[in-house]
Amino acid sequence: MVKKLFSRLYVGLIILFLYAPIAVLIVLSFNDSKSRVVWGGFTTRWYSEVFSNSTILSAFATTIALALLSALIASVIGTLAALGIDRMRRKQYQVVMFFTNIPLLNADIVTGIALMLWFVRFLPLGFTSLLLAHVTFNIPYVILCVLPKLRQMDVNLYEAARDLGANSRTAFFKITFPFILPGVLSGFFLAVTMSMDDFVITYFTKGAGVNTLSTMIYGEIRKGIKPEMYALSTILFLIILLLLILMNIVPRLKNREQTASAVRDF
Amino acid sequence: MEQTTMTSDSILELKHIHKTFDDKTIIDDLSFQIQKNEFITLLGPSGCGKTTTLRIIGGFEKPDSGQVLFHGTDITNYPPEKRELNTVFQSYSLFPHMNVEDNIAFGLRLKKKSKAYIRDRISYALRLVNLEGFEKRRPVSLSGGQQQRIAIARAVVNEPKILLLDEPLGALDLKLRQEMQHELIRLKNELGITFIYVTHDQEEALTMSDRIIVMNQGIIQQVGNPVDIYNEPQNAFVADFIGESNIIDGIMVRDRLVTIGGVAFPCVDEGFSPNQLVDVVIRPEDVELVEPENGLTTGIVRDIVFKGVHYEIQVDSQIGISFLVQTTQAFSVGTSVGIRVIPDNIHIMNKPISSDEQIIDKDA
Ligand SMILES: Nc1ncnc2c1ncn2[C@@H]1O[C@H](COP(=O)(O)OP(=O)(O)O)[C@@H](O)[C@H]1O
Ligand SMILES: [Mg+2]
Repeated sequence: MVKKLFSRLYVGLIILFLYAPIAVLIVLSFNDSKSRVVWGGFTTRWYSEVFSNSTILSAFATTIALALLSALIASVIGTLAALGIDRMRRKQYQVVMFFTNIPLLNADIVTGIALMLWFVRFLPLGFTSLLLAHVTFNIPYVILCVLPKLRQMDVNLYEAARDLGANSRTAFFKITFPFILPGVLSGFFLAVTMSMDDFVITYFTKGAGVNTLSTMIYGEIRKGIKPEMYALSTILFLIILLLLILMNIVPRLKNREQTASAVRDF
Repeated sequence: MEQTTMTSDSILELKHIHKTFDDKTIIDDLSFQIQKNEFITLLGPSGCGKTTTLRIIGGFEKPDSGQVLFHGTDITNYPPEKRELNTVFQSYSLFPHMNVEDNIAFGLRLKKKSKAYIRDRISYALRLVNLEGFEKRRPVSLSGGQQQRIAIARAVVNEPKILLLDEPLGALDLKLRQEMQHELIRLKNELGITFIYVTHDQEEALTMSDRIIVMNQGIIQQVGNPVDIYNEPQNAFVADFIGESNIIDGIMVRDRLVTIGGVAFPCVDEGFSPNQLVDVVIRPEDVELVEPENGLTTGIVRDIVFKGVHYEIQVDSQIGISFLVQTTQAFSVGTSVGIRVIPDNIHIMNKPISSDEQIIDKDA
């Protein structure tokens, strides 16, 4: 009885600290009052303000462009890297995977400052440096998503294609790529999420004049919190939630007829 | 080019192939020729280099030295897609994201054959492997035996000159395996192409092959037709690997006489040096159990097992050697018996000098 009560309390606390703040944020974004404690009725005013504010819109565009572009580039580089790593011998493999894991576990602030120090030597900080930074920290995520797929794949599948007359390129695009595609897609979506999610590295590598949603919100909040920031944060949360759902669904579709035939015509 | 090795019907020839992995020699000076329309089997224990040999022929592995000749043309450096042969892989390797039809059509579509031609070939191939109506099935929905047949169909629609098969029946159960053995022989006759077949199963090799290449540790031990390989193994390894054998140390006292544990056994072999140490090979079915006074030596029956057609008996002989005997007659454990072998059934072999000793059937 006591045990049960205790476990309920525990779960309750988790929900309270993890999800309640987000719920409060969402509720406040519809609050027709500037106060944080008074409910002034339901409104979508803050959302309209978000969409008519050119600073916010441009930060939004930057965020999306940065996320998609960096994820795309990282997907290509990461997939190629995974292909190479997959063929390595045990020792080489372990060394390379060690270095792949460093950026993942490294404190963002260290990565951010290091990248900034590096970029300022040859590049004015701006969208390009930002893109390079995001590509850099996204590559390991793609590698980690693609590699298990390659490890799962029967090496003879690629060889069977060669045996039946395909050159190395055709064999890759007709056989290997469709097989690892779910991994590449998970890697891509994870990279998009990570890019949108990032604040610290972006903050150090963006330069003046360029803002993503997270750096913009940070800047605005220092001037005092406006309710449209709640609306904006809610939008950001929903986009990332959507990406997470996508990432979980895509790999599960891999055995289904639709993806299989979509992939076949690739 | 050595003229002597170029007979007119030779479709494939391997010349002095060497292959090492991590400084370990896997294939050592391997040479053989394959004739057109032959069913040839590479037979040897697991790890002896059969798959590696097949992969060198298929173009998936480059030899460190040596040549692969196809109709006399050096194809050693050709990529797999440029070779007029197809492989049936041990793991079937059907493309999981394609149905049966697309799997079979894979090679033909790459060659840009017409739709009508491809449709014809697919139905021909499916008829050939007795799987009509399976066009739309996915590989995962097929049994092991069916996947195997589709892998064969996928290879043969391309009309290869040579079909390479790597232990294709290894994963199937006994009954299906025997069925497929006959299927494969039928297929080979119907297609009229050369089969290079890899197996570690000596029974399979004896049943199916025109010729067998027995390998061990990357070295050819013997080349010959199944009857020769079975009846006249050239060394103790082949004798032991092809069916069970009694392999006993002996001393070749003089021509036509060998002693085992001090007991003289008349035999038919000649040409060994006097008192040379040899391997004496006797097949279990060639050991006769008689009354103790009629044997060359005597022994006690230690163990008897009924094997369906015959009994398998272990006899501990007086000369300190345990004989494996196959006979249709039953003996009870503990019986004293005489042991006799007629001279014709005693095979005398040189002891291997070292592991790189190589014995090749010169006229094969
Ligand atoms: N790619 C490889 N790298 C290292 N060793 C290998 C490789 N392929 C095969 N070998 C080794 O070569 C030997 C022969 O292998 P294989 O040709 O597959 O034998 P078989 O098919 O007769 O069982 C084995 O000891 C195996 O471990
Ligand atoms: Mg093998």
